Amino acid sequence: MPPVGKIRKRSKVVIVKSPNVISPSGKVHRTLLSDMVRSGLCKLTSESRAEDAIRHFFSPQDQVGMKVNCLAGKMASTHPQVALICADLLRDSGIKGKNLVIWDRSERELKEVGFPLNFNGGEFRCFGTDSKGVGYSRNLINHMNIGSLLSRVVDEYTDVQLNLPVLKDHNLSGVTCSLKNFFGAIHNPNKYHDYGCDPFIADLNTLPQIRNQQKLVICDALRVQYNGGPSYHPQWAEYFGGIIISDDPVAVDFVGYQIIDKIRAEHNLPDLEKAGRKPKHIFTSADEKHNLGKAKLEQIDLIEIVL
Amino acid sequence: MVELNRRSFIKCSLAATGGILLPNVLPGESLLGPNADASPLPSPAGLSWVEAKYYKKLEHKEIECELCPRKCKVGDRERGYCGCRENQEGVYYTLVHSYACSANVDPIEKKPLFHFLPGTKAFSIATAGCNMNCKFCQNWEISQVRPEQVRNIYLPPEEVAAYAQQSGSKSIAYTYSEPIVFYEYMLDTAIAGRKKGIKSVVITAGYINHDPWMELIREVDAIKVDFKAFTEKFYEDICHAKLKPVMDALLDLSKSGIWYELVYLVVPTLNDDMKNIREMCKWMVGDLGKDVPLHFTRFHPMYLLKNLPPTPVSSLERAREIALEEGMNFVYVGNVPGHLGEHTYCPECRQIVVGRIGYTITQMNLKNGKCKFCQNPIPGVWS
Repeated sequence: MPPVGKIRKRSKVVIVKSPNVISPSGKVHRTLLSDMVRSGLCKLTSESRAEDAIRHFFSPQDQVGMKVNCLAGKMASTHPQVALICADLLRDSGIKGKNLVIWDRSERELKEVGFPLNFNGGEFRCFGTDSKGVGYSRNLINHMNIGSLLSRVVDEYTDVQLNLPVLKDHNLSGVTCSLKNFFGAIHNPNKYHDYGCDPFIADLNTLPQIRNQQKLVICDALRVQYNGGPSYHPQWAEYFGGIIISDDPVAVDFVGYQIIDKIRAEHNLPDLEKAGRKPKHIFTSADEKHNLGKAKLEQIDLIEIVL
Repeated sequence: MVELNRRSFIKCSLAATGGILLPNVLPGESLLGPNADASPLPSPAGLSWVEAKYYKKLEHKEIECELCPRKCKVGDRERGYCGCRENQEGVYYTLVHSYACSANVDPIEKKPLFHFLPGTKAFSIATAGCNMNCKFCQNWEISQVRPEQVRNIYLPPEEVAAYAQQSGSKSIAYTYSEPIVFYEYMLDTAIAGRKKGIKSVVITAGYINHDPWMELIREVDAIKVDFKAFTEKFYEDICHAKLKPVMDALLDLSKSGIWYELVYLVVPTLNDDMKNIREMCKWMVGDLGKDVPLHFTRFHPMYLLKNLPPTPVSSLERAREIALEEGMNFVYVGNVPGHLGEHTYCPECRQIVVGRIGYTITQMNLKNGKCKFCQNPIPGVWS
């Protein structure tokens, strides 16, 4: 993410796909997924080793928050394997396991999806904002249209973020992916779903604690809920078998939006705009006021790899 | 963390004065008795999972809430705007039935209700959640949070009624946050209270749909509505809501015959335009009647409006003058203890019929609901 005020000229997004990474029963091929993450990172950074690639974004002294999205249960959330592979890679790049925190809003949701709760370190830590002793910051954020308490995971437990969203259709915002994932970092996301969540999602992402901390997005698009989201509906879940990697969350979401519309077209569904839920927040995030990234294809170097 | 049982919680709460007491955490599981409305759904401590009233099922496990004008469309596993109602598998649940985050005994004047059993106590409860998001909210720590983010106590309706009786309260007040969002709990408690001869009063913003509103009106005895402003802009920009449904709710109240009073918090620069206040008063006199008590209360910087100063007392006085000029009979100045605008004056002889300083009654010159000096009837519920 460019710091506040810095204009990014172009963004780079890498989509890595493999038809075999997830089976119709939902079983993830971990080795293949690891290869996808590693090759995608190398392509994004032009490095030959993934450990060197990840150092473009994270330093050994960083305390890395890995924000997953577990709200919709096992079948429509970030796959734990994605987070675990990232944790391996970050450790291999020199970051201590105790400084890696896989997190989301609640323990209940993390557990339900299959994340192993762990407060004490080892290979990584994993807990929710609602875990005992964590909670929300005491100081109210009053920022643009956002009035919220921020998770102490962002405010105190970590200092940089690896965003690990899942790509889905959303009945209100059109798309939920990187930008909306940080609704899980505030205590009152229910207050910000009016008007298709716009401009609330963009406003929240300009909060310095999020804007400056977010270094990289690795989006889980293994199984894409292309209609009926954000909850899981098997009849509209596409086994896309992809991950989307970039340091520009707006570009990731824009590309994700195109993917959802393409899948919808293949299934004879109207595109999101015609369905009345164009994801306005993606474009608001890219506007001059928010300047969080790129939401135009001509400003994005899109690279697709198939393994 | 110290865990208290319910008796200790109530004892502590009743000992508290002058504000909300957040009780000590009590794990929901250990409190749920054999008759509790517990369901087998995923149940973090202190959430009720009682099926909500007023919603309709849509396709694909989606629901539409019909309780308030927001009409939230809520997908499976998601919550509505209020944060305390959740869709699970196409069934909409209230998460706060019988789980209070605050319980106190307050003077009824604190609500404020000035024409309803003056000098009596109201056993006051709240749960987490609100269907609005007013930037000046005085109780945002409970209204703008989810139930699992505050400390809750299992306090079912019958126990609320019993505690109200024990504390000598004449009424149960649903207050502090927004009782519309704990509608089912409020309704069941009002029914339980009525069986024991305890009245119920609702302190609300009145942002509710017609059918649930009418059902509620039948079960309670008085309602105080916070009328936020007389412009759509204020409702949208400052409260994240709309004016029209609140005006409709007031018209319903007016037709129903239930006792109600209105509060208008005067926020400097945002809703203190005196021309607009005059228009509002004209509407009130014409459509609601001149006998509805109207309280102009003082704003103090809070929540997301800490950048504004407290309301000048002169603004409250000017608003009161305007309301009186327009023909309203009972207009008060609030949050200014000791102000002459706290008293109730007989519209006929101008004598003080109920004198107040803050929440304390200093004079009572009413007899059988009439002015002791001139026998003019004073509207209200006096006994």
